[in-house]
Amino acid sequence: MTRPRAPAGRTGLLLLPPMLWLGVAYLGALGALFLAAFWSTNEFTGDLVKVFTLDNFRELLQAPVYRTITLRTLGVAVLVTVVDAALALPVAFFMAKVARPGLQRLLVIAVLMPLWASYLVKAYAWRGMLSHSGPLSWLGISPGYGLAGLVLTLAYLWLPYMILPVYAGLQKLPDSLLEASADLGAPALTTFRRVVLPSVFPALVAGSIFTFSLTMGDYIAVKIVGGPTQMLGNVVADNYGVANNLPFAAAYAVVPVLVMLGYLAAVRRTGALENL
Amino acid sequence: MKHSRKLVALAAVAALSLTVAGCGSSDSGDNGKKAASGFTAPDVPMAKKLGTLEGAVSILAWPGYAEDGSNDPKTDWVTPFEKDTGCQATVKYFGTSDEAVNLIKTGDYDVVSASGDATLRLIAGGDVAPVNTDLLTNYADIRSFLKDQPYNSVDGQMYGMPQGWGANLLTYNPDVVKPAPTSWSSVFDASSPYAGKITPYDSPIYIADAALYLMNTKPDLGIKNPYALDKDQLAAAVDLLKTQRGQVSEYWSDYLKQQQAFESGDSVIGTSWQFIVNLIEADKKPIKGFLPDEGSTGWSDTWMISSKSKHPNCAYAWLDYIGGPEGNAASAYYFGEAPASAKACDVIATTDKDTTFCDVFHAGDEAYAKKIWYWTTPVSACLDGRTKVKCTTYADWTQAWTAIKG
Repeated sequence: MTRPRAPAGRTGLLLLPPMLWLGVAYLGALGALFLAAFWSTNEFTGDLVKVFTLDNFRELLQAPVYRTITLRTLGVAVLVTVVDAALALPVAFFMAKVARPGLQRLLVIAVLMPLWASYLVKAYAWRGMLSHSGPLSWLGISPGYGLAGLVLTLAYLWLPYMILPVYAGLQKLPDSLLEASADLGAPALTTFRRVVLPSVFPALVAGSIFTFSLTMGDYIAVKIVGGPTQMLGNVVADNYGVANNLPFAAAYAVVPVLVMLGYLAAVRRTGALENL
Repeated sequence: MKHSRKLVALAAVAALSLTVAGCGSSDSGDNGKKAASGFTAPDVPMAKKLGTLEGAVSILAWPGYAEDGSNDPKTDWVTPFEKDTGCQATVKYFGTSDEAVNLIKTGDYDVVSASGDATLRLIAGGDVAPVNTDLLTNYADIRSFLKDQPYNSVDGQMYGMPQGWGANLLTYNPDVVKPAPTSWSSVFDASSPYAGKITPYDSPIYIADAALYLMNTKPDLGIKNPYALDKDQLAAAVDLLKTQRGQVSEYWSDYLKQQQAFESGDSVIGTSWQFIVNLIEADKKPIKGFLPDEGSTGWSDTWMISSKSKHPNCAYAWLDYIGGPEGNAASAYYFGEAPASAKACDVIATTDKDTTFCDVFHAGDEAYAKKIWYWTTPVSACLDGRTKVKCTTYADWTQAWTAIKG
């Protein structure tokens, strides 16, 4: 009988495949993308020219249109996050604190249900909803295709990703705290402001990571309901898929990565990452 | 006078192609061939003779060029080809020339229907191979004014089989747009009554549409060819398009989405193709498309063979079929364009019982064909012959297009 190998070695072996995947496939792909940002393409044939240049980043900083698009994308991401937070708080509060256990389970299923349908199906459903001859116009509201329709659609698409963490956060909040607050004479609003909100804040931030990052990267819903609107993702997709300019697409794709890194760094300070 | 000069030029081109065909094999030692626009075509080998069919062919096409009955069981000219040749066809449609250029570079496709704004880029990139027209039995029937053109050949060496040509149409919903529009001004007017329901084509090449409009309305700009714009002319076209941007419902490149937007009334006027108009008519929705008197941009398409083709013999078979009487008739008739093959008109007259089709599309009318400004890749050497200024390139147009959409 041979002695079993040292546990450290075995753990290492066990961890090797996922580490390889993370290191090579996941970070490697990002690294390759970042590298491509310093190349250029032949203007006529579109072939890659693998010579170091900073032109892509210079173009990004100099042309005002990219600043506009970046700011618009950030704005949409913030708006979608705010709308989702505003919708998720009451829904999650009702689910966690008011509804009976049976209803609670039903509501969780109801929130998760839209996730069973394909993203494209839902986006196209909203194309129908927002159309000038669609159901929304029967109600007298017809935002049409554009920024408003886009925020509405994205807020719908990402809502479950906000409700679930907030719901989980509220479940951790003991009922006794709410009762104590009421016993001490605090009106509902004060209880919400001083007891519920501080304890659920990390969960809100956790949810916002989803809604914010998913919106930052979205380019398909924009094509379907955004009308003539361009978002950051569209410029990246168009540069890669239409203009065949991978280097510029890569350079612009660095922007959302930086934004998300900054956002995550800020979020880390709130301790919300432990809630993910 | 002008006409005779053209004839002389044509004769010269024909003579040149004869000489090139004559020296054929001795030519392959050269380091490529020079084109009029100043680039050198890389030396990609040309097929000398055909071998056995490989049993498969991968087709990259404009929507409507390779119907296999999946859209409408009655429109199917891919299946007869498969039965005849045993080459199983897989078809992928693309929405813009840029997408086509990008897709053919993957090497996954054998043939591509390339418009004039893609062809030279493909040739220059070495992505397509020269085509040996001696191996295509139906090439003789192709109308002469489509052979050896600057957009499908280099120094008399053909790079494909012509498919057909047509114009981008001013398309509108006659129930909403009253009175009927007569000119492109209805999509470029700064105060259109149809603001918010205008749908332009989503590609940098659409800048040429604005340039063509300016060519007719603002002669002081001195635009002679919508694909040859210097910096100031491009800026003027961009300004016009930025004004239009405020009135756009959406830019389209996905024909299905445009069809749906016209049918639901979210778009009521814009640029479209006869093929899309046909689809909307088939759904019994109000639609009209026409070529305004001032002319239009348009396309002249050529089927090309990928230099990385894995099924070159089936690729040649497809070119011969789609440029032949039956294939060319079916595809051109369905798409709504002038067929390249002279014999296709007879097939359309007998099979489709449409004797006026080729007249409506001026299929044999060389003078009319010259009125359309075919999509061409803008390059820095001005296409209109100016030598004192540098023209803007397609890369400039691509960046301008992003700025226009804002």
